[in-house]
This record gives sequence, C-alpha cells and structure tokens, in this order.
Amino acid sequence: MINHIDVSSMLRKSVCELYSNLVTRPTGAAVRCEIEQELDFSHVGLLDFSCADEIVAKLLLQYVSTDAPRREVYFLFRGISESHMEAIEAVLERHRLALVTQHTDGRSRLVGIIDLEERRAWEIISQLGAGASSDVADAIGLSRDDAERTLDKLWRRRLLIRHDNGYVAVGSASAPSEPMRLDA
Amino acid sequence: MTTIINVPHSLEDKSFEQVLDQVAPLPLDEKIIVDTRHARWASPYGLTALLALAQSRAERPILYVPEADNVSSYWSRMDFFKHAAELYELQGRVRTARAAETSVLLEVTSISKSDDVHDVVDKIQQRAQDALVKNLNLDAKITMRFTMALSEVCQNIVEHAGRGGWVAVQTYTWRVRLGGRKVVVIAVADPGIGFRESLESAPSFQRKERWDDGQALEETVMRGASRFRDPGRGQGLAGVRRFVGNWDGKLSIRSGTARIAVLPKGDWDEDEPLLENLSYFPGAQVQITIPERVA
Repeated sequence: MINHIDVSSMLRKSVCELYSNLVTRPTGAAVRCEIEQELDFSHVGLLDFSCADEIVAKLLLQYVSTDAPRREVYFLFRGISESHMEAIEAVLERHRLALVTQHTDGRSRLVGIIDLEERRAWEIISQLGAGASSDVADAIGLSRDDAERTLDKLWRRRLLIRHDNGYVAVGSASAPSEPMRLDA
Repeated sequence: MTTIINVPHSLEDKSFEQVLDQVAPLPLDEKIIVDTRHARWASPYGLTALLALAQSRAERPILYVPEADNVSSYWSRMDFFKHAAELYELQGRVRTARAAETSVLLEVTSISKSDDVHDVVDKIQQRAQDALVKNLNLDAKITMRFTMALSEVCQNIVEHAGRGGWVAVQTYTWRVRLGGRKVVVIAVADPGIGFRESLESAPSFQRKERWDDGQALEETVMRGASRFRDPGRGQGLAGVRRFVGNWDGKLSIRSGTARIAVLPKGDWDEDEPLLENLSYFPGAQVQITIPERVA
C-alpha cells in the first residue's frame, strides 16, 4: 500500500496556513517532520508474531540504519494493546529494533531494544519537545560529543527527527506541541 | 492385498503410534482398512492424524466407522466424517451430530491457504473466551495469546508443508495424572514434507555429521531455524514455546521418525523431551495442551 500524502496540507498544518510554496530549509524540515507516519492499531484485534514481523519489523528495517543513510521516514504506533505488544516486542528483540508508541493521553513511549543512555537521551528530548546535544549533555552528564553521538544514533534509528540544529522526538512532532510550530 | 489397521479404543497422540507402527511398513499403494469400530474416544490429535494418514496413502483407504453411537455422533459433531468422506471410503453407519457440544472449540478444519488461517482465527475468538476463562479458570489475557499460538501453528502448514492439513481444538479432562484436570488442546496435522525436508530445502543448508528428524526438530523448535533466509523467520514457533511456558502448557511436535516435546513445569504430564526412531509418518503433527488453573 502506498500512502498518498498531500504535502501542501502538511505545509499549511506545520508552518503557516497561507503558504503554498515549498521554500527554505526550515520549511522543508518542518514539513518533513509532519510526514511522520502514524500506524493506528486501535481496531486491530489480533496481531501474531508472523504478521508483526512482516508489518512492523520489515517496515522499520527499510528506514533504520546505523551506517548507510536511508530515506528519512518516521513511524509512530498508536492504539497498541497489551496483546499486540507481545508480538511487537518479540520481533523488535529479534531484529534489535525500537519504535515509539503513543498512548491515548498523548504520552509517547520507547519500546524495543534500546540501551540506557539512548533511552535517557530520548526521554530528555521528548520531555523538552525539542532539544540539542547540549541539553542532553547537561541533563544526563555526558560530554557534548557523546551526547551528539547518542542523538545521531537515535536519529539513524528513526526515533528522533533532525530539526534545525537539534532534534525532536518522534511522537512529540505529531502532537500539537510548540516546538514544531515555526514562526512564519 | 489389503491390510486391516486396528485403531486403539482411545485414540490420542501416544496411542496413534500403534496405528503408525502398523502402517509404516506397508507400501504406499497397498490398500488399508482403518478399523475404528471399537474406538471409544479420540482426541483432536487422533482425528486430525487419521485424516493426514489417509492423505499420505496412494490408494484410497477404507474406514470402518465407530460402532458406538455416542462416538460416531461426536465425530460427526467434530466434522470428522465430513472430511473423511473425501479421503476414505466410509463403511458403517455414521450417526448425525447431537446437540452442540460446548467442549468443541473448533471442529476439524482444513488448512491449505492463508485465508483458512484467518477463518480459524475469526471462529475461535468467538468461542475461546468462555472456554478458557470460565471453564479452565485461566486469566482473560490468555484468549488472544491462545489465538496467536493457534494462528502460528496453522501457518506452518501454509508456509512449510507443501500440501493441506488439519486443525481442531477441544477442551476435555486429562486423566494422565492428578485424577483428571481439564485441558484445552490444539491439534494440527499435515502429511507434507516435514521439518527435516523443509530445512534441507534451504539454499544455505549444509548437512551435519548427524542429521535426522530429531535434529531437524531440535534446530527448528529449540533454536528457531527456518528454511527461509529472512532473519525474521522462526519466530512463530518461538512464540508458541513462550506461550506454553507461560501457561504451564505442553507443546509436542512429531515429524518423520521423531517427536520433540516442550514439557510443562508442573507435574500434570510426564513425557520424554525427544523420542526418536519412531515409525515413519510424513509431515508434521503438532499438539498444544494448556491445563486449567488450579488454586
């Protein structure tokens, strides 16, 4: 299935209602962040291991890369129930992947294989809405270089979105939060 | 020449070996008569395996149906005769099914394509909740997980067997130990290529010094091996293993001349983890048993 994404509506939603042209880097970054794919499982009864592998793992594997650059596509999983989670966690573990789920209260959560430092860095960015390596370095006591490496890794894993000179956590970008609203 | 195969009174996974001991030495094209006249009871494993047995024969076998009315009626209720009529030449009086049996969660159902698995999952979800939660005192969480396990073992037929097979699900009282305990049992049987041949078909397959059905079962069930190069494969059976472990259940898989069992932690069943040098039977026959929860 290929999703049709109306980029102009993304532009109006993310930047300004009056814009109709895709110009400037900040605009491009803002729109890219809006093209965060949301997969809603709310109406899915059962998800078995095989299907979770085909949908979740293979989808993520197309875009996650810790070495060669891949297309920037981000996924947010909504409506995940406890029984879905069993299959999803199993396939994430198998492929050493992680993803972001969003709950009905709007809070996002990291699921899958993620080390402690990565998790703390992601949570800092998520709490701030948007942030840079300096924010993470200060908050969890890492050097700037280490913080930047950790954030870069999270970006390559498509758990953080690069935006301006910093990062936005997947999940917070699609919520009606301030950091994504650029001044027009 | 025609050979009569005597079916034991109680037909389940262990006693089905007696049937295979009689059938395995015979040429595939030899006519056989499967005599179930004196059968008093059959588990889902017994019924699905009888159908796989007929599929495995080159010459259409004859089936003498059970003489006892209640047995014949129950096998009708399980839809056994509906399928058996296409594979066997039935001889004897087949009783019609009596009123609905609440112990039947899924009648004997043919599985040959992905849509069949969807149908099974849809059907079982409607029935499983009551049977598992009310009758077996299991936590409500089990329903989805039980259905996941069922889905995965059915998919093994579609993905690996190379021909169609059967599934059935039933609750009954397990009398092996502890004076009887209710269980729910999933049985899946096919007469396809089996675990060993499936692994051997992988392009990267390298024969080990010791390589047989037992090894193939160990590789697949215990180590998640698959004929597919895709690293995501093999998760289905791993998930089923976790499921039976979490609910003190038992998983047994027979393929070729071996049978492997993932045994319960509790003491409600005694079995061998691996049995080898059994009489040959093609394909794979899977049984998942989940016991009721006792205080």
